[in-house]
Amino acid sequence: MKERKTIPMAVRYLMNIILVAAFLTALNLLVVNKTLSTYNAKVLMLVGVNVILAVSLNVATGYLGQLPLGHAGFMAVGAYASAIFTKNFDGRLPDEVNFVLGLVLAAVLAFGVGVLIGIPALRLQGDYLAILTLGFGEIIRITLNNIDNVLGFKLTYGAAGLKNIPKYTSVLNAFVWVAVCCYVIHTMMKSRHGRAILAIRENEIAADSCGIQTTYYKVLGFAVSAAFAGVAGGLYAGYLGVLNPGNFGFMKSIEILVMVVLGGMGSMLGSVLSATVLTVLPEALRSFSEYRMVVYALALVLMMIFKPSGLLGQYDFSLSRLVEKLINGELFQKKSKTEKEGE
Amino acid sequence: MSFQDKLYPAPTNSFLKQEDLDKRPILDVRNLGIDFGGLTAVDSLDLMVGRTEITGLIGPNGAGKTTVFNMLTNVYTPTRGSILVDGVSTAGKKTYQVNKMGIARTFQNIRLFKDLTVLDNVLIGMHNDMSYHLVNSVLRLPGYWKQEREARQKALELLGIFHMQDMAQLQAGSLPYGAQRRLEIVRALASKPKLLLLDEPAAGMNPSETAELMDTIAYIRDTFHIAILLIEHDMNLVMGVCEGIAVLSFGRIIAKGTPDEIRSNPQVIEAYLGKQEG
Repeated sequence: MKERKTIPMAVRYLMNIILVAAFLTALNLLVVNKTLSTYNAKVLMLVGVNVILAVSLNVATGYLGQLPLGHAGFMAVGAYASAIFTKNFDGRLPDEVNFVLGLVLAAVLAFGVGVLIGIPALRLQGDYLAILTLGFGEIIRITLNNIDNVLGFKLTYGAAGLKNIPKYTSVLNAFVWVAVCCYVIHTMMKSRHGRAILAIRENEIAADSCGIQTTYYKVLGFAVSAAFAGVAGGLYAGYLGVLNPGNFGFMKSIEILVMVVLGGMGSMLGSVLSATVLTVLPEALRSFSEYRMVVYALALVLMMIFKPSGLLGQYDFSLSRLVEKLINGELFQKKSKTEKEGE
Repeated sequence: MSFQDKLYPAPTNSFLKQEDLDKRPILDVRNLGIDFGGLTAVDSLDLMVGRTEITGLIGPNGAGKTTVFNMLTNVYTPTRGSILVDGVSTAGKKTYQVNKMGIARTFQNIRLFKDLTVLDNVLIGMHNDMSYHLVNSVLRLPGYWKQEREARQKALELLGIFHMQDMAQLQAGSLPYGAQRRLEIVRALASKPKLLLLDEPAAGMNPSETAELMDTIAYIRDTFHIAILLIEHDMNLVMGVCEGIAVLSFGRIIAKGTPDEIRSNPQVIEAYLGKQEG
């Protein structure tokens, strides 16, 4: 076998950083120069939020192999946490600090709730776990709806909605968080912790026998997934300016799950793509918006029949792998089996 | 009670070699039993495995052999009895903790991580060999790089010993059957066990593959200096490679001894073939 040319790790990272920075700058320029209308910028922010939601749910479904149906619940926790925080500290802290602290708080709280729900929920499997997480998602929504009445706080303002949330979310910072989310999840998955999570998906008994503390890693995967849903919630709150528990119902969870399933469970790129398409498409087809759910259902049914593993299956894009192939002159050769998985 | 009180003098029916008797056995099972509801699957099982011994556990179908393995790794919690691994009791331990104590196993129906690469399978086996924290992996601190590089190198070396380094990037599920069985053994060895449990390693293999496997088993013991306890139906393999054999029938050990003793034991023949009439 001839020696393949490889790229040093540092160069790989540099390459990816430059690419991400270029992408973010280009995006920012488009918005600042008003090339994009305000409406389009709003859609882009929503794309960012949904990408984070899909990528984070992909940790629990694609990598950990569970089927939680309460992702909107964690999003709600994050949304309310960051909204209440930023609203109370608006003007008292610099905007940027307030925004970032709000999102960090959202992530931490959602992580905590994820651990709390994950410990009992992950004792179950399959359908039972789905139903249990669905129940927890609803509990979170109903709690947010009623907590003020019951305890006499003025926190969530129940069904009337939380208003006047500072609108910090912009296209740039939404996509910075997308990058952070993808980076953290990617690096986590490419480590012994990530391999442990994948091992649980593949075969839990074997993972246990390999010395992997399965309960710990299941809860970890679940909670990381929840934490980023919280971040997405925080961004959503800063995008909308108004929150209502009704936004985080069961259908929202299903919507996120559809994005992950369509993109391919276990593929980060798949989640990103399908979240983008499924956010932009309904906006582009505003006039047919009543048929949106029909299209979702139909797409899902067709996907299950013709490509059950999703659009991209478990394929993930790697820039450095592409460049390596390029410098080795393998780009147009037929893909051999050895190159299926990469960095 | 110290372990010496429990172990010496060694039972006369033990098939430990003298060199093994001088040290504490790697596995010491006393009066082990498990009930499933009203059914007693395994009862009063005594078994000792020396530090570098190859022991066979045989018996007719349904005798409870795999149940014994599941109790040794605490997949099932035994109802009675004690298991000492290198002098330490496994009572109350979780399966992953038993692995850390030094027992690794393979499965009767192969349980590989099929969608992952061969290398990843071995690296997962080395999970506890690495110790870097989650923060290290997310921030890619030097500890991550160092340990990952070392682990990768060790995994490739281990695969090399079993002539599998060329397959490192292949998907585990795409390997031929014999290679999958071998990979499962490699993965078990990756966790640096003191005792390797092999559950029907030769199942589904043809005679030449079985012969190769026999060499591999002996080679593993000689290279890694570990004990091996194996369940097998292939008598050629058991008689050829095991130094001691325990025969299980209806959840009880009916005979223990060297291959020659077992071969001529009337109780064993009866358990396998039934009693002669008249």
